[in-house]
Amino acid sequence: MTASADPVLDIRGLTVRLPEGADRAHAIEDVSFSVNRGEIVCVVGESGSGKSVTAFTVMGLIPRRELTPVAGEIMLEGDDLLKQRPRRLRQLRGERMAMIFQEPMTALNPVMKAGEQIGEMLEIHTSLRGEARKERVIRAMDEVGLPDPASMYDAYPHQLSGGQRQRIMIAMALSLEPALLIADEPTTALDVTTQARILDLMKDIQRRHGMGVMFITHDFGVVAEIADRVVVMQHGKVVEQGRAEDILQNPQHPYTRMLIGSVPGLVPPDRPLRGHGEPALSTIGLNKVYGSKGLFGTGRVVHAAKDVDLVVQRGETLGVVGESGSGKSTVARCIVRLVDPTDGEMTISGTDIARIGEGALRPHRRDIQIVFQDPYRSLNPRCTIGQSITEGPMNFGIGKAEATDRARELMRVVGLSPDALDRFPHQFSGGQRQRICIARALAMEPKVLIADEAVSALDVSVQAQVLDLLDDVREKFDLAMLFITHDLRVAAQICDRIMVMQHGVVVEQGRTRDIYMNPQHPYTEQLLLAAPGRDTTFLSAG
Amino acid sequence: MTARDDIDAVEADSVTPIRDDPSALRLMMRNRGVFWGGMLLAVMVMIALFGPLLTGDPIALNPIKRLKPPSGELFFGSDFLGRDIFARVVYGARISLVVGLAVAAISVAIGLFIGMIAGYIRILDGIIMRVMDGLMAIPAILLAIALISLSGATLTTVIIAITIPEIPRVVRLVRSVVLTVRDEPYVEAAIAAGSRLPLILHRHILPNTIAPLIVQATYICGSAMLTESILGFLGAGIPPEIPSWGNIMSEGRTYFQISPWIIFFPGIALAMTVLAVNVMGDGLRDTLDPRVARKM
Repeated sequence: MTASADPVLDIRGLTVRLPEGADRAHAIEDVSFSVNRGEIVCVVGESGSGKSVTAFTVMGLIPRRELTPVAGEIMLEGDDLLKQRPRRLRQLRGERMAMIFQEPMTALNPVMKAGEQIGEMLEIHTSLRGEARKERVIRAMDEVGLPDPASMYDAYPHQLSGGQRQRIMIAMALSLEPALLIADEPTTALDVTTQARILDLMKDIQRRHGMGVMFITHDFGVVAEIADRVVVMQHGKVVEQGRAEDILQNPQHPYTRMLIGSVPGLVPPDRPLRGHGEPALSTIGLNKVYGSKGLFGTGRVVHAAKDVDLVVQRGETLGVVGESGSGKSTVARCIVRLVDPTDGEMTISGTDIARIGEGALRPHRRDIQIVFQDPYRSLNPRCTIGQSITEGPMNFGIGKAEATDRARELMRVVGLSPDALDRFPHQFSGGQRQRICIARALAMEPKVLIADEAVSALDVSVQAQVLDLLDDVREKFDLAMLFITHDLRVAAQICDRIMVMQHGVVVEQGRTRDIYMNPQHPYTEQLLLAAPGRDTTFLSAG
Repeated sequence: MTARDDIDAVEADSVTPIRDDPSALRLMMRNRGVFWGGMLLAVMVMIALFGPLLTGDPIALNPIKRLKPPSGELFFGSDFLGRDIFARVVYGARISLVVGLAVAAISVAIGLFIGMIAGYIRILDGIIMRVMDGLMAIPAILLAIALISLSGATLTTVIIAITIPEIPRVVRLVRSVVLTVRDEPYVEAAIAAGSRLPLILHRHILPNTIAPLIVQATYICGSAMLTESILGFLGAGIPPEIPSWGNIMSEGRTYFQISPWIIFFPGIALAMTVLAVNVMGDGLRDTLDPRVARKM
């Protein structure tokens, strides 16, 4: 908070027009805010709020034919960026403003060495050559905390982890010491522990260089962690801006209040266990090994799940929590038998289904249904909603009329109009599609419902609604729910019990409240410590 | 309350549809390549269907009018036996189009079936693809010549001979589409819903292969017409008594210096037809796969 009132970036009344036929006239409208030297300004909003368009307009990276700035100015240290020639703009990018992107894998050139990509910035903008340039690159890599920069200089992007790639991106952006750094969701694609380290790095570097940072995010946890000031956007307009503490603790605009109210708390509610009766699903010593000996020599073998024991009773939600590569999705896919487990037992209603053939398995498929992460790929774009929902029941000999009646009823259960059955997936929003997927799963009258990151791709307000719906249907249909997630906040709110996985192994399981309040395993502790904004209590949903 | 909002949202949508989908056919005809290619091809089809009714006999000999240049009476001139080149070229359109369409249809049908199996049933993939690799290693013309010399030159043999080397190309294309689609969550949801293999293939996977296949079919059609002419020209194709474009050119080869029109007119007809098919194929690719079109 050492920001002086010295704006590096000052956006005034910026309006960008969308091409004709879009769902609204302007991508962003009358947007005004500034970023001072030595300050981090978080631009927050849900998808479609215009936060990325704002960033890309500043960088001059928007396709001008489709998105045209029609009003306002963007002042970068006194120069209006909208009035610069392309040549001058190219010079400014890199030297005085730089950007880091969400997906570090696609933002780096896969066929160029990491060090050379940083060096390219220096080659274009400075007169540094040869060894001097390399030295400077290695110093930059050292500054962003990359281990052994000298040898990492020669690494290709695919040889680096997600966190390391993002550090390379940051080193690239910082190599010319720009006055303004724009970060577009730079930690969204990263695991929570990596995210915490990158956020620390960004804070540290920003403080040392005293630059202004425009940080785009949808995650209020990240905002609480990093922001000095916050700009909240909705439908292309700035609805509220102010100091981070004020916005987080005392939001004025109803939209901001709704957004912050939708952030799930990190403290699990104190409630009795809801599971009852016989276990609906249990696994003993479940193993999945990927890869095998290739035709020539030995291939690589990955033990994706190792001796996983779990039990889910009817009426309860078991959370499976872990970072990418922890094996949580593998467990889910084994249970649904989308992949065949290598070893172990999986019992559902008294039958071990781990190794039985497709014919014997088929009657049991009804009992276990799954909702996937990506609502845009979960529904066949060429089938109507009705076809998608009735396909399962009709596979089991239910007549079309009866299946359709049931589908209409389920549409009501998930909060959609039954008339929508004749429509195609592209006519629905992400949240609505996820509701349809839940209806499709329920149509099978399952005993176990698996939600594989089912709310991770959704905006926070929609996420809250879908979580409520999942909890409702669990209650109403007395389902055993297996809830797979990387998000500790979501898990805290919905799960009765939690299972923490790391490298394919269950490191800890128990009651949600016990695990959050008193983690036993160091990894669990590490995960909880890394959760962004853990020290901030967000006002609860009203 | 939240559920209510969503119902409202859906109902509001149903009053004003999110987008007004024009029919696929109309969308395609908006593309200039599809339009002009299609028009030219339609003209060729009309000529093939009705042309022979209006022209003279393509195989009638008239030794008095041998090697006559184009004139008001003989539009395209006559060949060394005094046959009317115009009538022969018009009739030849039938052969070319039949060969092109038949090869495209048969290779797509067979390739689609094999490709779906190779892409979806993993244990068969290795075996099928190695066989296809083997087939691809045989030069198309050589295979055709071998088949025709074994079983005699008929229209059917020529079609079969040209079809076989095209199949592996279709199989590869279909297999690659199936491989990307089979891991889509909606396919996995269908598996979890207990759908049997034929339903999964038919409802969830097959429709994704249609667009690339239509495009591929046009290219196969064009190249099959060319191959048929090459075989005719080499004397290894359709029997010489049937006037195909390749045969006409083959017979005109000896007289090229004194009567170039014998080769010139069937050559133009062949070039125009293949051009029409290819232009249409390019246009179809642009409309059916807009991602490629935008990058071009």
